[in-house]
Order: sequence, then C-alpha cells, then structure tokens
Amino acid sequence: MTEEQIERYSRHIILKEVGGKGQKKLFDGKVLIIGAGGLGAPIALYLAAAGIGTIGIADADNVDLSNLQRQIIHFTPDVGKPKVESAKEKMQAINPDVKVITYKEWISAANVNTIIADYDFIIDGTDNFAAKFLINDACVLAGKPYSHGGILAFDGQTITVKPKESACYRCIFPEPPPKDAIPTCSQAGVIGVLPGVLGTIQATEAIKFLLGKGELLTDRLLTYNALRMKFREIPIKRRTSCPVCGDNPTITEAVDELDAMTVCDLKG
Amino acid sequence: MDITINGKETLLPDNPDRTIDSLLEELDVSQRLYVTVELNGEVLERAAHESTPVTNGDTIEFLYFMGGGAQ
Repeated sequence: MTEEQIERYSRHIILKEVGGKGQKKLFDGKVLIIGAGGLGAPIALYLAAAGIGTIGIADADNVDLSNLQRQIIHFTPDVGKPKVESAKEKMQAINPDVKVITYKEWISAANVNTIIADYDFIIDGTDNFAAKFLINDACVLAGKPYSHGGILAFDGQTITVKPKESACYRCIFPEPPPKDAIPTCSQAGVIGVLPGVLGTIQATEAIKFLLGKGELLTDRLLTYNALRMKFREIPIKRRTSCPVCGDNPTITEAVDELDAMTVCDLKG
Repeated sequence: MDITINGKETLLPDNPDRTIDSLLEELDVSQRLYVTVELNGEVLERAAHESTPVTNGDTIEFLYFMGGGAQ
C-alpha cells in the first residue's frame, strides 16, 4: 500500500476486524452490482469508497429526471446518460484505485452466467421479479453468494444467500408473481431514503463476506418499515422442496421467467 | 384465539374452521394471492393454505414480494 492508500483507508485499517490484511482482501475482492438505480447507487458509492478492487455494474437504462429523488449516484447533468457511465464517473471520482467494469445491458438468461462468473459476490439491486429470480437461480447454480434486496413504498427487505448452505430467494418465494400483480416503485412510489438504508446493508454484507468477518444475513429475512421505523428479522429455513436448491430441483439452469417480465423490462 | 402475526400478538374471535386461506381473507392481507405464509417457522406451500388450520398460539409471518430497486 502507498502512503496515500494507508491514509485513505486509515479508518478501516485501525479496525481490528479489517487491518492491513483485511484492506488487502477488499482490494482483491470482486463484487458485481446488478442495477445502477436506487439500491445500486449507495452500494456502488460505498463499495468504491471502501476500496473494493474490482466492481462490476450492470444496467441498460439511462438516467431519468425522476430517478434523482433517490438514486444519489446520478446528478442533474447526468440526465439522459447511461446509468452505468454516470455511476462509473462518480465511483472513480471517489476512489481512483477502483477498477469499474460496466455492462450496459439487461441481465437475462443469455448473459447472466458469463457476467457473474468473474465475481466473488453479487448484489441484486434490480427492480423486477424476472431479474430477481434469474439472479437467484444463476447464483445458486453457480455457487455464488449474493445479496437480495427489494423495496416498495416505505418497506424494504434483504437476505444474503450462500448457495446450498442457506435459504435462497425461492425458498421464500417459489415462483414469481404474475406480471403486474405487484406494483413497482414507479407505480406505487418509494420514499427516497429507503434504498439508502437497504442498499447500505447490502454493501455491508459484501464487505463482510470479503473480509470473512462477522455473521452474514443468511437464513433470516430482514424487513424494514420506514414509517414505523422498525426492523424485523424473520427466520427462514432452506426448503427441501425448493425448486432450485431443494432435494429434487426442477430448475437446473438459469432461464428467463417470461411471465414475470413486464413491457418495461423488455424495452431495452 | 390468540396468535402472533408478523411479530404482533393478535386476538381473533374463536373460529374452529379458520384456515390459513380464510385468515388471509379475514385480515384482508395485501398481496393475498401471492404472499408467502410462514407458519411456526416453516414456509407453507401455497397449495396447503386451504387445508392448514390456524390454531391457538400459532406464529404466522406474511412475507411480501418487494420488487423495487433500480427503476
């Protein structure tokens, strides 16, 4: 580490759970963030600041004025710019040490395996069920630990999945809801600070995973309600009947959940 | 009938015929058709909602879909 790096990361290095060795683990770590929106924004900023050596970020969208109320990595002059480019600029401005790899594409069965292959830990910051189920299946099948995050209105939920060791998303929700059955944030609204709370928890999980310290948020779904200002933890068990990580899986490769896709997902 | 729903103790009028399915309707639970129900720590298969009785002392969690994040 250079003198400048020692100074930059001094508040990490001083922690006995991190130290110089831990900071080196973060440098060597590779984390993929899928979605450069509400959840992805704080995740990308904090992981870059923390000195995660390689950060991938995937999103096909461009910055829209209505994103700025919560997607704090994007600024007003970025409207119209690809989200991954806007995100990369801020991440490198915070920390030039970090290598940022951008994927300006929607995640699908065709590309998910290739994209996740190079990473140690994956973070789901997507906004639709087709992507959430696909990420779960691909990560479970490839044995990649990942963090699920979901938000809606004033509520959020997150769980960390260690494939075949802890409960996965399909252990809770065996299949996606029919399209348009559950409102999206653009339909139902979302309080702007909400993804900051959830995304920061997801980033914490990635950092803990790379450090190998603490206890991951496995086998428990953490839920948060901002109006009542309550966190709850619901114990979740791996299900032997889970279609992807159970005893007799029916899902053996990552497949697009076409029924869960909305027109919005497909517009590209 | 005294049960715990999403961490809150809830007193319901006695009803020996109450099932998970009828409880969802009785409480007008949101995402009623899609919500995952965890009964005493075990996730219930949706197909079991109609045949699973609710009994005194049960701990029930409704786990909702939350699909937002990037948009």
